Amino acid sequence: MINIEIDGKQIQTENGATVMEAAQQAGITIPHLCYHKKLSIAGNCRMCMVQVEKAPKPLPACATPVVEGMKVFTHSEQAVKAQQGVMEFLLVNHPLDCPICDQGGECMLQDISVGYGGVHSRYHEEKRVVLGKDIGPLVAAEEMSRCINCTRCVRFGQEIAGQMELGQAFRGEHAEIMSFVSGTVNSELSGNMIDLCPVGALTSKPFRYKARSWELSRRRSISAHDSLGSGLAVHTMNNRVLRVLPIENDDINECWLSDKDRFAYEGLNSAERLTTPMIKQDGKWQEVEWQVALEYATNGLRHIANGMGAEQIGALATAYSTLEELYLLQKFMRGIGSQNVDFRLRQSDFSVDGKQQGAPWLGMPIADISKADRLLIVGSFLRKDHPLLAARIRQAVKKGAQANIIHSTDDDLLMKVANKAIVAPDALVEVLMQVSKALAVEKQGQSASGEAASIAKSLASGERVVVLLGNFAQQHPQAAQLQALAQQIAALCKGKFGFLGEAANSVGAYLAQVTPGAKGLNAASMLATPRKVYVLLNVEAELDCANPQQAIAAMQAADLVIAMSAYKNHAMEYADVLLPIAPFTETSGTFISTEGRVQSFKGAVKPQGEARPAWKVLRVLGNLLKLDGFDQDTSEAVRDEAMNGVDVAAKLNNAIDGVEVQAAPSASGLQRVSEVPIYATDAVVRRSAPLQATADAAPPRAWLHSDELKKLGLQAGESVKISQGQGSVKLLAAADDKLPKGVARIAAGHAATAALGAMFGTITVERA
Amino acid sequence: MKNLIDFFKSFLLLELLKGMSVTGSYLFARHITVEYPEEKTPQSFRFRGLHAQRRYPNGEERCIGCKLCEAVCPALAIKIEVAERADGSRRTTQYDIDLTKCIFCGFCEESCPVDAIVETRVFEYHGENRGDLYYTKSMLLAVGEKHEAQIAKDRAADAKYR
Repeated sequence: MINIEIDGKQIQTENGATVMEAAQQAGITIPHLCYHKKLSIAGNCRMCMVQVEKAPKPLPACATPVVEGMKVFTHSEQAVKAQQGVMEFLLVNHPLDCPICDQGGECMLQDISVGYGGVHSRYHEEKRVVLGKDIGPLVAAEEMSRCINCTRCVRFGQEIAGQMELGQAFRGEHAEIMSFVSGTVNSELSGNMIDLCPVGALTSKPFRYKARSWELSRRRSISAHDSLGSGLAVHTMNNRVLRVLPIENDDINECWLSDKDRFAYEGLNSAERLTTPMIKQDGKWQEVEWQVALEYATNGLRHIANGMGAEQIGALATAYSTLEELYLLQKFMRGIGSQNVDFRLRQSDFSVDGKQQGAPWLGMPIADISKADRLLIVGSFLRKDHPLLAARIRQAVKKGAQANIIHSTDDDLLMKVANKAIVAPDALVEVLMQVSKALAVEKQGQSASGEAASIAKSLASGERVVVLLGNFAQQHPQAAQLQALAQQIAALCKGKFGFLGEAANSVGAYLAQVTPGAKGLNAASMLATPRKVYVLLNVEAELDCANPQQAIAAMQAADLVIAMSAYKNHAMEYADVLLPIAPFTETSGTFISTEGRVQSFKGAVKPQGEARPAWKVLRVLGNLLKLDGFDQDTSEAVRDEAMNGVDVAAKLNNAIDGVEVQAAPSASGLQRVSEVPIYATDAVVRRSAPLQATADAAPPRAWLHSDELKKLGLQAGESVKISQGQGSVKLLAAADDKLPKGVARIAAGHAATAALGAMFGTITVERA
Repeated sequence: MKNLIDFFKSFLLLELLKGMSVTGSYLFARHITVEYPEEKTPQSFRFRGLHAQRRYPNGEERCIGCKLCEAVCPALAIKIEVAERADGSRRTTQYDIDLTKCIFCGFCEESCPVDAIVETRVFEYHGENRGDLYYTKSMLLAVGEKHEAQIAKDRAADAKYR
C-alpha cells in the first residue's frame, strides 16, 4: 500500500496504481476522454493533466503511477490551465453540431467542455473534415469529423473483441479512424464501441435520430438472448423500446453487451408482431376476442382430454420464456393430466433423464472463469453462442490460461488456443475418452503423444481446471456420454465442469420442472410419436426443434395446435389458435442464468395491442379448465410459488452417473455439423432488421472441406442440393479447409434449412 | 382647531378643486392611449407574439429537430418528432405548438441554435374552436414565410445584444 495525497485528501492505494485510479477510488473526478478502466492506457487525449508536486510540468493522471508521498493537485491553477488548454485544442477541429448529434446530452466531450471549455473560440481557420465511413449495419461512423482520436474503439477491438477491425491511419492532423480497406466491423461485440466512444463519432445506426437522451425513460431488465443474464438498461419512449444499453456488473457482463443483446430490441417493434388473438376457421384466420380464442382452445383441450386421453396433449416451450411462464405451463399440463412437457427442443439425447442429479448449469460462478488457468471447451461455437463468455475466456488466456478445444469446426476464436482436436461429431466421444485416458496416464508420470495427449498434458499442469460443454455438445446424440466424460476429466484434474447454457432460462426451465419426468414424453418423442394436440410457448417449430422436418409433420398432423407467440410466424400454417403473448420487455418475469443467478425484472413497456403476458394467459386457461392453483395475481406470486422451498444452489448439479461410455461406430457418408447461427437463436433476434443485415446473418451455406468438394466433383460457390430425410434444400457450397473431413457444416435454426432433418446425422450433398 | 380647518376645507371645495386640477392637467397633456385597431402602440423588436418557423433564403427549413425547445418549454406546449430525411439530414416530421398551453416566455426562441423557431410581432390571431390554436409545422412555416422580412429585420436588430 502506498500513501498519497490528492487535493489535500490522504489516500491509501495499491502499489502500481495510477493517479487516475487512486483519484477514482477516493471519489475525486479528473476529466478524461481516452482513459477507460477496462482498456489499456493510451494517454493520448491529455485531458487528465494534473499538477504533481516537484514535477516541472503537469502530468497525465491516467499514465502516471503513484509514488509514496506523492502530492497531486487536480484543481490547482497549473492543472486547470493545462486542462483548459487541452480542451481548447480538442475543440479546434470538433464540429459544432451538438444539436444534431445523437450523442448530444450524454457526451463526455460536451460535459467536460462545459467545465473546461472557453466561451468563445479563438480558432477561426477552417476545420478538419473527415469523411464518414460505412462500417456495417450496427455502428454508424458517418460523422467522423467528430472523432477526437482517443482510440478507445481501436483498443477495444484489439483487447476485448480480439480482432483489430478499426485502426488509426495517417498522422497528425490527417489521422483518422477507419476499418481496414473499407471493410465492415463484424465483431459480435461491436456495439460496445458505441458506448466507449466519448463523442458522437461512433453512434448506434438503428437508434440514429430516434430520440435525444433526455427524453428516454430507463428501465432495468435482463437479457433474454443468451444464458449469461446480462443486465440491460432498456430505454423507452412513448411505450416503445428505442435502445438497450448494458448495466455494469463485474460478476456477469462487466460493462459490455453483445450485439445480440444490444440490437435485438428492433425485433420487438417488428411488423410481424401478433397483436390480436386469432383462430382458424374453415382454413381462414380470423381475429377474435380473447374470450373466444381462449374458449376455443380450452374446448379443444377438454374434448381431446376426455375423448382420447390427456397423454395425447403435448406442450413444447423454449427456454427464452420466463420462469413464471414455464412454471405455469407445466402446472397447466400436469393439471389436465399430461406429463408431456419439455423445453429441450434441440436436444437429441435424452438418456441423461433420471441419471442427472440436478439441473445442469455452468458449474461455477461466471467470474470464476476469469480465474481458470486451464480450460477445456468441448463442442461449442464459443464466440457466436456466448460472445461475452468468449471475451472473458480471451482475457483469461491473455493472462496465461491455456484454452483447449475439442469440437467439430475450427472457427477462429480470436484467442490463443493451446491445443485443439477438430474431429467429426461421431468421434467427439472417442477424443474425450482418449483425453481422459491420457490424463490417467499423465497422472502416473508418463506421457503419450497426439492431440488428446497434449490436451491432457495441458490440463494436468493446471491448478484451476475448467471443463465446459457447449451447445453443440448438449445437442449431440451422445450428450450423456460427453457429460460423463467431462465429469471424469474434471475429476481427474480436480477441476470443475459445467454447461454453457443454451438459452436465457435453461436453468430456470429445469427448476420449473418443464421436463416430462418418468411418465411423460420428452421433446423428441413427442414429435416422433405425434400427439393430437400441441401447446406451444414461444416456439417456432420449424426453427427451434432439433428435427424441423419431424416437427412440422407432427404439427400438421395434429388436430389442434395452440400457439402462444409474440409473432405471426410459420405457425399460421399449422396452428389453430394463435394467442398473442408479450416478449420479455413487456412482461415481468424471472430468468435464472447459467450460473444459477435468479434475476427478476419488470416490464419496460406495455404489451402491444391485445398481447398479454403469457403467465396471465396460462393462468386464465387454467381457470377456464377449473384447475386448482391458478389464482395468482402477480408474476411475483407465480415466482414465489415456483421457487417455494427451492434451494437453487442445492438444485444445481451437473453430476451424472450410470452412463456407459462407448465410442460410436464411425458413420458412413457425410455427417452434418450444424450450429444455430448467432442471430437465429430466438424469435426476437430473428426479427431484428439490423442484426439480420450483419455478416453473421448471411444466408447459410454448405461448408465442406475442399477435398470433400473435390471428391463430390463440386466447386465452392456453386449451388448444391442437400438432402436429409425426405427433405432437401438448395444452398451455395463453400470450402472450409479447417473442417474435419467427412462433414458438411450446415446451419440449423434458419428458414433456408428448415426443410432438412435432424441437426446431427448423415446428409447427402450433390450438384443441384 | 383641526375641526375648524376641516370645516373651511370642505366649505371652500379645496379638495374638489385639487382633484379637478389633476384632471385639467391631463386634459392638455400628450395623449398616450391609442385608437386600437386604427392606431397601434409601437412594438419592440423583441416582441413575443405568434410563433413562426423560418426557412433559409434557399428555401430549406432551418429546424434540425434538436428538440432543445421541446426540452426547455416550461408549459410543455411543443411536440416534436424527428426522422432522417432521404438526404440523410436530421429533420422534423412533426413540429406542433399548442398555443393554448404556450405562455410566450420566449425560451424556445432563446434555446434554438439555428433561429428556426421565433416569436413574431403578430398578436392578433384567434381561434373559434379549441383545435384552432394548435399550430402544426406547416402552419408555423406559413407564418414564417408571411413575416420573414420583419422577422429577419428584428433578428438583425437584436443580434448585437446576443
